[in-house]
Amino acid sequence: MKHSINPLEETPSQTAGPYVHIGLIPQQAGFEIFKNNFSNNLLAADTKGERITIEGFVFDGTGAPVRDLMLEIWQANAAGRYNHPADRQHGKALEPGFRGWGRTGTDFSSGLYTFETIKPGSVNGRSGTKPMAPHVSLWMVSRGINIGLSTRMYFDDETDANAADPVLNLIEHPARRKTLLGHRSTRDGKIVYRFDIHLQGAHETVFFDV
Amino acid sequence: MVDEFGEFYQRNRDVQPPAFTPGYKTSALRSPRIPLWSLQNSLSEVTGPMFRPDELGPLDHDLIKNYAHDGDPVGERTIIHGQVLDENARPQAGVLVEIWQANAGGRYRHVNDRYFAPIDPNFGGCGRTITDAEGRYAFRTVKPGAYPFRNHINSWRPAHVHVSIFGSGFAQRLITQMYFEGDPLIRHDSIAQTIPDPAAIERLVAKLDLNASIPLDSLAYRFDIVLRGRRSTLFENKLQGN
Repeated sequence: MKHSINPLEETPSQTAGPYVHIGLIPQQAGFEIFKNNFSNNLLAADTKGERITIEGFVFDGTGAPVRDLMLEIWQANAAGRYNHPADRQHGKALEPGFRGWGRTGTDFSSGLYTFETIKPGSVNGRSGTKPMAPHVSLWMVSRGINIGLSTRMYFDDETDANAADPVLNLIEHPARRKTLLGHRSTRDGKIVYRFDIHLQGAHETVFFDV
Repeated sequence: MVDEFGEFYQRNRDVQPPAFTPGYKTSALRSPRIPLWSLQNSLSEVTGPMFRPDELGPLDHDLIKNYAHDGDPVGERTIIHGQVLDENARPQAGVLVEIWQANAGGRYRHVNDRYFAPIDPNFGGCGRTITDAEGRYAFRTVKPGAYPFRNHINSWRPAHVHVSIFGSGFAQRLITQMYFEGDPLIRHDSIAQTIPDPAAIERLVAKLDLNASIPLDSLAYRFDIVLRGRRSTLFENKLQGN
């Protein structure tokens, strides 16, 4: 059913299929073609903020890791500012060298995914709501996923900010909010947030219709 | 007036495939079963990554030349072009379009593809470009071949090109597949048929565009892409808090 009198309808989505790597991360498909490759490392030498690794697995309905999935993340900088002209927040400096976006594929053997980035700052919420707790937006596609899935990762050490977050608080069942928490630990002196995603099952991650 | 960076219209899921489509078997264990949580846009959704033309190489959009080692790839020389618009029919300028595809024999250059059609030494199978001021894009390639895949015993993919598009906001992010006009495999394809609305499937079928072909050189197909549109701000409805 048409929602409006808009002249056009959105192009339908189709699965990215098992060979998504060829187009988006050709090195993982097994060849070199582009001089400049997009990657899972969001950092430049002068990027401000606490350097972190975000890693985890994406599990299917049987609990097996999905090993041919492509993930992208989108986030604000350490000041809580997006590198985009729609962000008109006052008093938060833009960092031209930090795009705030990266992509990776889950490992063909283990299923692990990894991003190297910084912990973002808090971004204003919609008008009339509290600031949003620091979070990273994720979008994922793979064989068997007909339309890309959107979710967010929040940081489990941001207890107070998370408790006040206008998005987490909308989710009806508090137990489901926990599916959006990345878990902080230190490994070899590096800060790691572990964020596992469950496509279905008892621990199904909250996915958003954004 | 249309706010250049306003919120997006709610996605019309009636023109999109549902997550769980048992005819395409792999979807069964990879589909969320709890309804998506509807989220009003915040800055996190109306913003998104921006890309500059100087990040791409001069041949990145030319699949006939961007992996050529000792000659051109085998296959029907084909131009794929079109315009990226939003639901308001506004051209989407400066957005990144990436494509990937099998070679003319239906084989992908990928470590996990073991179909016995041969790899083409001169064909990588991927390209990328950024739309111009009118939202237009163009690739040159060879037409991909059909190939079998394990779904039913005798499942074949119609010739198709995978297309990945960014808009100006992360909530517009889209990956789809483009088919070719007149391909009889489309109606048998478990993946195209994940879309319940036949008119929506038809919008994924690129039309032969003889006027854009190059005589004695290349055929052309036209594939326009529509991303989600942004809301007008008829009355004050401030997205951003201060």
